[in-house]
Amino acid sequence: MPKLKDIAVVCKSKNAGPFELTIDAVFGDKETFDKVHATGVICPELFAKLYNVSVDDILFTVYEPGLAFKATLPRLVSAGDLGDTDVYGAQQHGPLIEVDIPI
Amino acid sequence: MGDYRLLSTSGILGYGYPEESLERGIEMGVDMLGVDGGSVDPGPHYLGSGKTLNSRLAMKRDIRLMLRAAVKHNIPVTVGTCGGAGGEPHLEVMADIVREIAREDGLSFKMATIHAEQDKAWVKKQLDAGTVRSMRNVPPLDAATVDKAERIVGCMGSEPYMEALDQGALVVLGGRSTDPAPFAACAMRAQTDAAPAWYAGKMLECAAAGAWPKGHDCIHVTITDDGGVICEPPNPIRRCTPASIANQSLHENASPTIFQEPGGVLDASDCAFEAVSDRATRVSGMTWTPDDKYTVKIEGAELIGYRAITICGTRDPVLIAGYDNYLEIVRENVVQKAEALGVTPDKYHLNFRTYGRDGVMAEREPLSDSPGHELGILVEVIADDQESANAVLSVARVNTMHNDFPGRLCKEGNMAFPFSPSDIECGPAYRFNVYHIVEPKTPTEMFPIDYEDVRG
Repeated sequence: MPKLKDIAVVCKSKNAGPFELTIDAVFGDKETFDKVHATGVICPELFAKLYNVSVDDILFTVYEPGLAFKATLPRLVSAGDLGDTDVYGAQQHGPLIEVDIPI
Repeated sequence: MGDYRLLSTSGILGYGYPEESLERGIEMGVDMLGVDGGSVDPGPHYLGSGKTLNSRLAMKRDIRLMLRAAVKHNIPVTVGTCGGAGGEPHLEVMADIVREIAREDGLSFKMATIHAEQDKAWVKKQLDAGTVRSMRNVPPLDAATVDKAERIVGCMGSEPYMEALDQGALVVLGGRSTDPAPFAACAMRAQTDAAPAWYAGKMLECAAAGAWPKGHDCIHVTITDDGGVICEPPNPIRRCTPASIANQSLHENASPTIFQEPGGVLDASDCAFEAVSDRATRVSGMTWTPDDKYTVKIEGAELIGYRAITICGTRDPVLIAGYDNYLEIVRENVVQKAEALGVTPDKYHLNFRTYGRDGVMAEREPLSDSPGHELGILVEVIADDQESANAVLSVARVNTMHNDFPGRLCKEGNMAFPFSPSDIECGPAYRFNVYHIVEPKTPTEMFPIDYEDVRG
């Protein structure tokens, strides 16, 4: 079974403002995107589990024009605050990139 | 009206761009030149300290080429969020650079500087009126938090830029602004509809980030008579494809389709993306819905203390196996010894960042139970003053190195320190403490404008 990193063309994270983190997975063609979408694996519940947050705190978008899935969730602390580990939020995609996609 | 053409030179002023790209872009035809000057993304330091994100030399190089072109072709040039954070010190540095270039290059023009820093008394009045709202995931604002802020800026929309252009400014330097606002302002002033104007602004603010390959380079955008937005990078090595443009709206946005801007919401849910050549893409179908109440985001940063750090590493398997226990021993010793120096635990934070275990993701790290064969440790102290931070860090360094722990074999030292001196003084540290929404009476109320005839 492929992992997301084997079939996605982009898997990234970044701040969406200093208090939120946004994580994207983008696929290279409509066929792959549709197959991944049909598995239902990439969903708010997945991000809730991977990032240990409540489903209610996740803003999830299936973005068909970009062949992308997007999840926005709270940061642990605001960017640059005491104990923050990633000011830009650019290295928080690790758990997602390893997810098994049953296609 | 006919087409309206905009050129953005780079994602942030000072990141650099090829001079040939600017020249090619101008040959494509342009009605304005613009560049975003900042972001909250690099963290609270710039807003808090008043320092600029990019160096003066880098900003000067980037704006010089734009000023020369603007004067030569008599088209406006806008810089949003000057100096990285868009406060008063940032705007002053930018204005000073522009005056200096004008003198050096013999350029004359009318310059507008739009101020974005907010009076704390005004912000507290909004609090009293009960019209301040929190952004998602941000605690409510109170007067004490406002007082603690080193600096508060408002994030202006398009209207202050339009006013400055109406007053005949050729060069418009803005304090904190929403990234697309200066571009949208120029377009709407030329009578384009709001929807394509704001969408164009979204594509322009990060310049060639929406092209493939990405890079610090220019982007040219045409808003067509029928409300389409055509994006094309002047540099022939880059292309704007339907996919590259569609994906650009994922960048740093909570939603890829819904964008709250001052005065309304841009909705790109029903956008169509079509290639008009192998290097240019046309977007259409965006909508703009004006808000009932005009809103502006305010941002503030407060001092949290003074930081000192040291970096070291271990590849001792006994230490790594009992790492949490080891840290606890070190922590206890630091507390005792710092107290002997008169620095009590309430006066500082001691933080061990462990790379090779959970240094990147902290408590969200799923693999923290399987650390690497070596661990990199960043020991951090943030204290009420720099002297205390340095003193506690020094104690922490010694104890990290020499503390005994159960099963210890590495009796000469627990850590490899790469440098001498090993302690690094980092200066003041800040946090964002204001990130809220206010409702000004008018779109320009919070953003006074100064005009100046700059003579070269």
